[in-house]
Parts: sequence; structure tokens; C-alpha cells
Amino acid sequence: MSAAAATSPGPMSARAPLWRRLIGFNLLTGIALGVGGWFLGHWIGSEIHGESLAYFAETAGENDIAIMLGYLLGVIGFLIGLGFAVYPVQRLLGRQPTLAERESHEHGLLRYFSLSTDHKVVAKQYMVGVGFFFFIGGLNAMAIRTELLQPNTHVFGANQYLTLVGMHGSMMMGIFTSGVLGPFANWLVPIMIGSRRMAFPRIESLTFWLLMAAGVVLITTIFFGGFQTGWTGYQPLGDQGTAGYDAYIGFFALVGISMTLLGFNLIVTIVTMRAPGMIWSRLPIFVWSVLATAGLMVLAAPTLIATLLMAAMDRTVQTAFFIPGQGGSPYLFQNLFWVFGHPEVYVLALPGFGIVLELLPVFTRKPLWGYRLAVAGMLGVGILSFFVWQHHLFVSGLNADLRPFFSLSTELISIPTGFIYLCALGTLWRGRIRFTVPMLFCLAWAFNFLWGGVSGIFLSDVPSDVTTHGSFFVMAHFHYTIMGGLIFAFFAAIYYWVPKMYGYKLSERLGKWHFWIMFLAFNSTFAPLFALGFLGMPRRVVTYATNLQGLNDWVSASAYVLGLSLLLFLANAVWSLVFKREPAARNPWQSKSIEWQLPTPVPLHDFEQLPVFDGDPYPYGEERAPLPAVAPAGEGA
Amino acid sequence: MSGYGRTQDASSRHDARNVTLLWLLASAIMTPIVVFVFGPHLPPGHGSNEAAGQVMDNTVLLATATPIALGVLVFIAYSLWAFREREPHLQADGAALRGNSSVQFWWIVATTTVALSLSGYGITRLLETGAGGGQGPEPIALPPHASSALQVQVIAQQWQFTYRWPSFGGVETREIELPAHTLIEFNVTSLDVIHSFWAYQLGVKADANPGINNIAYVTTRGPLAFEVRCAELCGVWHGYMYNGGQVVPRAAFASWIARERLRYAPATRNLTPYSKTYFPEPQRRAG
Amino acid sequence: MSGYAKRAVGTAIVTAAVVAAVVLYVALYLTNVPGSVAATSTRAGAQLYLATVPEAERSDPHPTWVSFYAVNATAGDWRHVTTYEVPANSLVRMTIYQFDSPSGLRNPFISQVAGTVGGVMTLDGKVTRAIPPEAASHAFAIPQLGISVPLEGVEEEAKNACEHAPCSLANAHRTISFVIHTPGKGLYRWQCFVPCAAGFIQGFGGPMQTVGYMGGFLKVV
Repeated sequence: MSAAAATSPGPMSARAPLWRRLIGFNLLTGIALGVGGWFLGHWIGSEIHGESLAYFAETAGENDIAIMLGYLLGVIGFLIGLGFAVYPVQRLLGRQPTLAERESHEHGLLRYFSLSTDHKVVAKQYMVGVGFFFFIGGLNAMAIRTELLQPNTHVFGANQYLTLVGMHGSMMMGIFTSGVLGPFANWLVPIMIGSRRMAFPRIESLTFWLLMAAGVVLITTIFFGGFQTGWTGYQPLGDQGTAGYDAYIGFFALVGISMTLLGFNLIVTIVTMRAPGMIWSRLPIFVWSVLATAGLMVLAAPTLIATLLMAAMDRTVQTAFFIPGQGGSPYLFQNLFWVFGHPEVYVLALPGFGIVLELLPVFTRKPLWGYRLAVAGMLGVGILSFFVWQHHLFVSGLNADLRPFFSLSTELISIPTGFIYLCALGTLWRGRIRFTVPMLFCLAWAFNFLWGGVSGIFLSDVPSDVTTHGSFFVMAHFHYTIMGGLIFAFFAAIYYWVPKMYGYKLSERLGKWHFWIMFLAFNSTFAPLFALGFLGMPRRVVTYATNLQGLNDWVSASAYVLGLSLLLFLANAVWSLVFKREPAARNPWQSKSIEWQLPTPVPLHDFEQLPVFDGDPYPYGEERAPLPAVAPAGEGA
Repeated sequence: MSGYGRTQDASSRHDARNVTLLWLLASAIMTPIVVFVFGPHLPPGHGSNEAAGQVMDNTVLLATATPIALGVLVFIAYSLWAFREREPHLQADGAALRGNSSVQFWWIVATTTVALSLSGYGITRLLETGAGGGQGPEPIALPPHASSALQVQVIAQQWQFTYRWPSFGGVETREIELPAHTLIEFNVTSLDVIHSFWAYQLGVKADANPGINNIAYVTTRGPLAFEVRCAELCGVWHGYMYNGGQVVPRAAFASWIARERLRYAPATRNLTPYSKTYFPEPQRRAG
Repeated sequence: MSGYAKRAVGTAIVTAAVVAAVVLYVALYLTNVPGSVAATSTRAGAQLYLATVPEAERSDPHPTWVSFYAVNATAGDWRHVTTYEVPANSLVRMTIYQFDSPSGLRNPFISQVAGTVGGVMTLDGKVTRAIPPEAASHAFAIPQLGISVPLEGVEEEAKNACEHAPCSLANAHRTISFVIHTPGKGLYRWQCFVPCAAGFIQGFGGPMQTVGYMGGFLKVV
């Protein structure tokens, strides 16, 4: 391909002028072709529809076919511009394909703005990309809490408020499902199993860029009137909506594809690319959690894609999947959505479990207690998560006679979750506990997820759920499990692995300030939500009973402090990683896990020689040298 | 070597005993407080039989959850204090404990027992009268004398609830009053999108689905005022979709409904015949 | 420029861009709400004049959407606002000039006037309690106050029908007026109940769900 030849690899490209290096397959080309694709798709959509649709498009002032085709061709153009078509086209033309490694011929900062086949680069792309959309989702949350300061005065428009709610939820649930797997699984899984790369490096990069495209598509909803359904996108309300709902469909469809591909890549990598000696009973617990999560992603995300396709067809080509008067079912969307939605929340929870159990041995200086039980817990949660989804539908009237089954299955899922807790508690027992910043976040995980889990017991009890379903109690429950659980584990992972990933230390002092403010503000924000739900406040409301204003104001004030703590983290990250750049030691935590035995920065091919494993990564208190058995070259050089 | 002045095993038994005692003490103090101080005030109050049943359920759940949560918290707090690194310069490791089959076994037994018991309890309570929740068009949890219940149709639409009274000429009203000490059968349906009829003080919540009749039973108690709110996002005015209601003595209810029939007579002439579900036009794109 | 300085400039630029984007997001999108108009106070009490049209004015962001407008007594001075300020604890006379054709009511219950003084409205001079459900074009309802007034439509084949705002009283129209008794100070919301959002599924998307068209606020001051 001419473009590949123009930017040939080698030292010459490092010295070529910037403008020359910008020509080729990269983000800039992707954006240009993406915008072009949008206009092309929009034009095609405007031309192809028949008479009745033309009439509706004119009176409604929008053409959903044009918009959906615009998104589709825009994303395809974007991906072509990034270079994802190079390999397939080369194969189709019968040419010698370039080696995956040769495709990552960019160096320096431009690596991060193009298709990279280095799993470490993709991980860092994920970290910044997911972080960016997390920031946007968080800003929307601050806006929501600002609106809820007063029940009878409105800061924002009522439509915009619902879009805020929907965008906040979608950013978090859509983008952040890859929040741990994206940065950390991509970076750590190959190294932890003794491989130099993922099974499908180009697909790995594809999942990242799909997610970025998805985020941009979601943001464009504000140009089409926003969407009024919240992140769950219920039909038939979604069918009624303006074209902003098409952006929601596009967003989650892309997220679903990204999730499915990421899951496949991880499963194939873990199953087939383990180094000699890395038998299943030696696999780090984090990798087990990633495997379970990947299984969930692969099985659940396709349901979402199919469901959204039906919604798109209802809105464009006049099908009636979800419109009851025309033979559709009002239950169908809810039912299918939650078949995806429930495993989805375990996609968010399981990596948190994995991170905490991976870090506790390091900071208690003990092996992971109950390794097999922990694995059983991960797999048990994963498998059971497919059998509980109708607990979101207890009062909907759907399958009311199956409610005893789903109540039981939901209650049972607390058992494997309990295994995770037992292993965490057992690892603490008789350890030598060091209160580093990552450890603090792990302990906070244990505290927060406890309240999330206990409140889940209330929600799984149908009589109790009759009052709490659709109320702020549910909001408190999932914020405690997902934010209090996953996000705190995520920060533990960041403070722990950033020194290895970036080679620079994060300020411990700022880290501790971040932790304490965040922990206290988080609990102050979300604990009162249990009360608000118990007192009768429904979800997603722009106004509420006046006697609840005091509690709402307390929650909003705490939320601002929580937001400030996250800004403090951002400041720490920028200061430590962009400006101060104090080199980190090779193994500042004295961890015996393999990634810490590699030099910092980790070389392009990770291992000079593939390791041979002779034990699990937790030989604390035992007479065994840390892995790998074969020392990598470059150590100390 | 831990170097804490005792042998490893004796140390462990000592710690285990401490944790257990602390946990028992904390549970003995907190559980009665939670049950007897918070219990009576748990939502949704005692406004109806079903609401009171939910309060009982919540109390049982809270009483079970308290020792469990305390167990985890006491254990963690104790461990953080007892096993904190006191000699960082030694750079020593902790005990190489990888598991304990007995502990794991009894943990599994205990957690499974608790999970199954709570689940069995909740299901039993649910199947009594449905606990105020929507049970779909063919409910299986029927209260006694369900066939003689007072039927009230709740019509949810964007964005208000209206109520239709099949045993009173099919009149439709904006207001809702219910007779005290009466079994009520709510037939909840929607004209457009999914809403949810949530009568908080009565402990009733039933989703309003278009084209579906969702039945929920409640037996009212004494007179009270209750609040109805929509509990499922239904569009821009979802937060404003609420109204008040009253439970009144039976005689007062009879005269109220008679007055409403007179008041809404013009509208009643225009209504479609009473039905469990409605499919009003337009169902597709409006022309 | 040294590496440090380059990074400082880069960080400053990124921060400035983010802050600017957030400010634009809040100012141009989140707080982009239609304005308000106050009821005129006359010797006869507070008066509010509104109009409903089949399509908004050509320069509107949504020129094909049905909408409410605030006007004056002679259907002039068209303002595209849906927040109306009225005095508390008073009688307010509302007059609505209805220029659109019928769509029919989704719930025929709305065909009866409710919550106004006397439970009636004056439709083209005649005191009326209810209209045929299929003749409704729009409605003006304040559910929190129990007020609900159906607005009868102009015949489909009427001569001189108005296509889009602004209309004049020379166009075919219905005049509906009624009196409401306002409560104490507060913010209430009003909406239309007719599925009149042409082109949207169930006739309830678009303008029906967008403040500034078929829904808004009543600010009782």
C-alpha cells in the first residue's frame, strides 16, 4: 500500500518533519475520513427512503435513516483512516501482509494517536481515553447534583436534565466497562502469562478506537435533541424520541462490538498463549478475573447489539418490535436489555475483585489465601450472573411466577461473592500490613462493596424490592458496588502499576489526600441515597418532595467534594507524570509478581527470553525466588 | 519470623478468639438497636397490610445483615490493627498461609444457609398476597376473597395517572380515594410507554406497560393520605408525574365516588368502553 | 523551547480547551431554555394570551414542529416562550387562539374541561364543558393543579388556514378562554395531552417532549 510505503519504519521517520509524519494512517486521517463518511452516509440516507418516510422526516424535522447511516459510514471512515483496512485489503489483494510488529512504526507521542500493535501502548491509550470519558461522565454527574439542589427551581432545561442523566449513565456503563480491562488487562495479561503480545494485536487496537468513536457518537447526541430514556434506553419511550436516541443506539452498538472483540481477544490469549509452566493453578488471580469478565463480555454484549438493531429498525424502517398496538411487545426490550445488563454490571465488578485480590498479597506480604476458592468465586459470579436478570423486572408483571426463581438466584450470587471476601479476609490475617496508597484503596473497596452487597440482599427480596425498585435506594446500591467497588479498585491499580507502566512515581502524599477526601466524600454522597430511596424518591426525577431537600443538598455538597478529590487525582497525575517525572524504582512495592521483575521501562517485546514458570505469583513467606525462573536480559544493564 | 513474642499458633488462636468476642459483642449491641429502634420506622410504614408486611421483611433482612456486616468490619478493623507492619526496616514477609479447608467449608455452609433462608423467607412472604407488587395479568399470589376485591384501574399516560372505576359506571377520575379496610385490586396499564404506579404509603408498586394489565393487590387499613409517584422514566415530565390520594372511611368513599360520577359525566360519555388494556391511536408515527 | 516549557504550554492549552468546552456545553446547551412572559395585568385582572400553531416560525430551530406561543389580545407580538408568570392567589383569564387542525385525543377523558372556574371554558363564544374527543387539536393542562382544557381544532378543509407561526386572527382559528384560580407561589409545569407531534412515533415525541413547544412552566409569583 502506498501509504505504508510513504511512512517506512526506521530511524529516518524519527527525523522527518512533523507535517510529513502526520500524513498516513493515524487519528487525523481517521477524523477526516470519519467526517467524510458521516456526510456520505447522511446523503445516502436522505436519498433512499420512500414516500411515507419522507413525509415523516419532513414533519419531524429529522431523518433517522440518514443519521444512522451517517454514523455507520462515519465510523467506518474513521477506522479506515486509522489504518484498520490495511491488513484485510492486503490479504484480499494477495499481497504479503506486513508483520504486526512492523505496523507500529510510529515512535514517540504519535504512537498514541494511531493503530498500535504494542499492547502496552494500547493500554495507555485506553487509560487516557477512558479517563477522558470518565471525566465527562463525572462532569455530568456534578450537573445532575446541581439541578437536584432545589426541587422547585431549575438550573437546566428539563430535556437537558434527562440527557445529562442518560449521558452520565451511558458514559460510565458503556465506556467504563473497559475501564479496567482496557488499561490493565491489555498491559498485564500478556506479561503475567509470559507472552509478548495479545493473540490479536490489531483487534486489540480496534477495540480501543471503536470505544473512542462510540464516545464521540454519544456526545453528538446533544446536537440532535439529546435522549430521554436514561442509559437503559427503554422502549417504547426510545422510539418516541428525537434523533438524539439514534446517537445512543450508535454508542451502545459500538460499545457492544468493542466489548465482544476485547473479550474474545483476552480469552484466546489466556487460553492459548501461556508460557511453559503457567498452568491454570498458577494463573494470577487478576488474570482469572479477566478471563471470567471476558466470558461475560463475549456472551452478553451480542444480545445488546441485537436489541439495539431492533430499536434502530423500529425508528427507521417502520418495524414494530416494541410497539404493542402493532403486534410488538412492551416487555421485549426490557427483558433483552437486562439479559445484557446484568452480566454487564458483573463485567464491572469482577475486575475490581481481581485487582484487590492481586494487590492484597503484596501489601500483607502473604500468599493469596484460598486461591482455589477465589477462582471458584470469580467463575461462580460469572456463571450465575446470567441467571439473575429478571430481578430488574420484579414489579413489571413479566413472568411473575418466575420471581421466586430469580429471587433465589439473585440471593445465591452472594455466595460466590462471599468467597472473594473470605479470601481477602484470609489474606489480611496474620499479615504484615503496609498502608500504602494502593492498599488504602483496596481496603476502601472492601468497606464500600460490603454496603453495596448488603443492599443487594434487600433488593433481591421481592417484597422489599416493591418499595425500593426504581428509587434512589437502587442508585445507592449500584454506586456503592460499582463506584465504591470498581472505581476504588481502579485507583488502587493506578497507584500500584503506574510506576511500572510509565516509569514515574505518583506523589504518595497527594495520593493519600486524594484517597481520604474521596473515601469520606464518596460515603457522604451515597449513603444518604439509601435513605432517599426508602423515603420514596424515584430515580431520574428533576423534582422531588420538598421535605427531601435537606438530604439532597447534603448529597450535592458531598458530590462536589468528591469531584474535587478526583480533580486532585488528575492534578497528581499531570504533575507527577508530565512535569516532575521522578523515575520510579524497578520494584517499589517489593512485589514478587512477574511484571515487577522486568526492567522499567518495559522493553518493546516485554521479555528477551520467554519465562518458564515454576509456581504461582505469591511466594511470600516461602523459600522460592521470585519469577521468572529465567531472568530477562537487560536486567541491571 | 513474626517476632511478636508468642508462637505462631498461640498467636493465631489468641487473635481468633479476640475477633470472635468483639464480633459477638458488637452484634449483641447493634442488632437489637437496629431491630427495635430502626425497625418500626422502616419504609414504607404500616399504611396497609402489604406495607406492614414489607416493614417486617425489611426488619428481618436488617437483623440478618447487621451481624454479617459487623463480622466483616470487625475482622478487617482488628486485622488492620493487630497485623499492621510494625517493623518496616525488617522487610519481612508474613505467614505463608494459603488456606484452611475447615474455615472454607464452614464459611460456604454458613453463607449458603443464610442465602437460602433469606430467599425462602422472602419468597414465602411474596406468595402470600404479592406484597403489593405488580404480578402481571394472571396473578398467582392471591389474597383470600380476591374475586370480591374493589377493582381500580390505574391508567398511566404521559404524564399523569388517571383512575377508572369499573364497578361505578366505568367513570374515569383524576383523583383517587380508597375505602378503608378493603381489599383493592389495582389493574395497572399504560396508554403509551412504560410507567410505574408507586403508591408509597400503601406499599404498592406495579409497572404500567402499554397493552398489558398488571395486577397488584393491597388491603387498606385506617384512613391516611398517600402519595402516588411514577417510578419508571417515561419522558421529560417523569419527575412531575405524581398525585396525592386518600384512604377514607367506607361511607365517605361511597359519597365521594358518587360525586365524581356526576362531576365527570360529560367525560364518561366520551370514553371508550372499559377494558383491561387499551390501544389508542396513534400507535405508529403520527401523521 | 525546553521540554518542560513545551509540556507546560501543552498542558495549559489542553486545560483551556477543556474549560472552554465545558463552559460552552453549559451555556449553549444545558441552560438553553426558552424565556418567559408575564400575564398582563388589566383592570379586569391578570390576562394571558396564548396561541397554538401547526408549525413554528420559519426561523425556529424546529420550523416544522407544532408549538405554543405567547401573544397579545389581538394575536400580535408572537413570542416563542412557554414559561408564563402569573400572580399568586388570583384569578387569571387565559385566552388561547387555536390555529391547528384536529389530531384526536389519546385518552378521551381529556375531552372534559377540569379545574377552571366553573369547570367550563368559552369556545368561540359558547360556554362548553366538553368537546368531541376526535375534534381535539391540542390541550392546555396543569396536572399539579387539576387544570385541563382541551383545545378544539380547526376543520381540515378550512379556508384561510394558517400554515405556520406567526398567524393572524384573519386565519381560521378557534378562540378558547377560561379562568383559573392560581395557588400560592411556586413553580408548576403544564403540558399538552394530544398526540400532536407529527412524524414521531405515538405522536408524543419531539415537540411534545421538548420544553418550549408543547410543554413549559407556570411560574406563580
